[in-house]
Amino acid sequence: MQADEIETDWAALVLRVRDHQDRAAFAALFRHFAPRVKAFLMKSGADATLAEECAQDVMATLWQKAALFDPSRASVATWVFTIARNRRIDALRKARRPEPEDLPWGPEPEPDQAEALEVQQDTERLGVALAQLPEKQRALIERAFYGDLSHSEIAAETGLPLGTIKSRIRLALERLRQQMS
Amino acid sequence: MTTIRHHLSEQLLTAYAAGELPEAFNLVVATHVSLCDDCRARLGSLDAVGGALLEQGDAMPMSEDSLAACLDRIDGLSQATARSPMRRHGIFPAPLADYVGGGVSKVKWRNLGMGVKQAILPTAKDASARLLYIPGGQAVPDHGHRGLELTLVLQGAFRDETDRFGPGDIEIADEEMQHTPVAEHGEVCICLAATDAPLKFNAIIPRLAQPFLRI
Repeated sequence: MQADEIETDWAALVLRVRDHQDRAAFAALFRHFAPRVKAFLMKSGADATLAEECAQDVMATLWQKAALFDPSRASVATWVFTIARNRRIDALRKARRPEPEDLPWGPEPEPDQAEALEVQQDTERLGVALAQLPEKQRALIERAFYGDLSHSEIAAETGLPLGTIKSRIRLALERLRQQMS
Repeated sequence: MTTIRHHLSEQLLTAYAAGELPEAFNLVVATHVSLCDDCRARLGSLDAVGGALLEQGDAMPMSEDSLAACLDRIDGLSQATARSPMRRHGIFPAPLADYVGGGVSKVKWRNLGMGVKQAILPTAKDASARLLYIPGGQAVPDHGHRGLELTLVLQGAFRDETDRFGPGDIEIADEEMQHTPVAEHGEVCICLAATDAPLKFNAIIPRLAQPFLRI
């Protein structure tokens, strides 16, 4: 797949927000992601007003943390999901969720285009696999991620092919550990 | 990094990615992931599932002025440039050091007898987290479980009927499991443990002591 076949290069838009505080780029991100975050929060039990407010918070956080986004490590959708999940935990569960230790791998000023593209393609393949799952299995995964299942009810396996994504992150971690030692 | 042989289950990692674990379990997961690149990579792939669900999920229209309102808010914000990273303190990875307020020397241990010590960490009440200090050769009293119990080794090692657990290893024990962990001779074994049910001790003295010890 060529880069120009990808619908919208969300990562490039985040980098424009990061480097130029580009409001047009932000508006495009907002139009795409804010309604999805709002729907995600409503499925997790927030009412429309709270979900709308939190979706705005999430997008404001995206602006504020644009400098920490690294397109060679995760897709924009994944990054937005993690921000939305944390906002949901604060707003709905009022629980603390300690994060793993940060690694000293700040985003490169010039992210590796090939790696960023591979992350994008992994994400698309994962999306296709998710869409092709039997309805029942897909519904269980959705319920788990929307916070509709307790931890003991969550299925032991998602049934999704996560090997490529896992290996890519693992390799990046190995490289980082080598640089550190 | 030492070789970690006992990892988090897919179920626990998924629940952590989904944000559905009690705080005490979150702490154990975050601490293990800080030590284990394999589990960090698996967690990254599960976050990607969340991303794919968000991407494919429904969209709820935002109100008309929401973008303008958000941009107004952003005007009052400065972009984050540097992280304010939590720091590792000795054998305590950053998330644990954050709860303790530093390294091992900051832990407020309470004696359980026979040289065994524990410190309960402040978390939400739906599950509890504590640090255990077990001198080499000493057994942690035999106990059965009513819930799920996670035990993460930070220093030293212990063995039980199932296997040996060294630094970074995590043991996941459920209701069916009866085990007697014994610390290996040598270095004091320090573990981070979390449970969503009070422990039930089989030895008489610890059971009597249980109400006072909050375990």
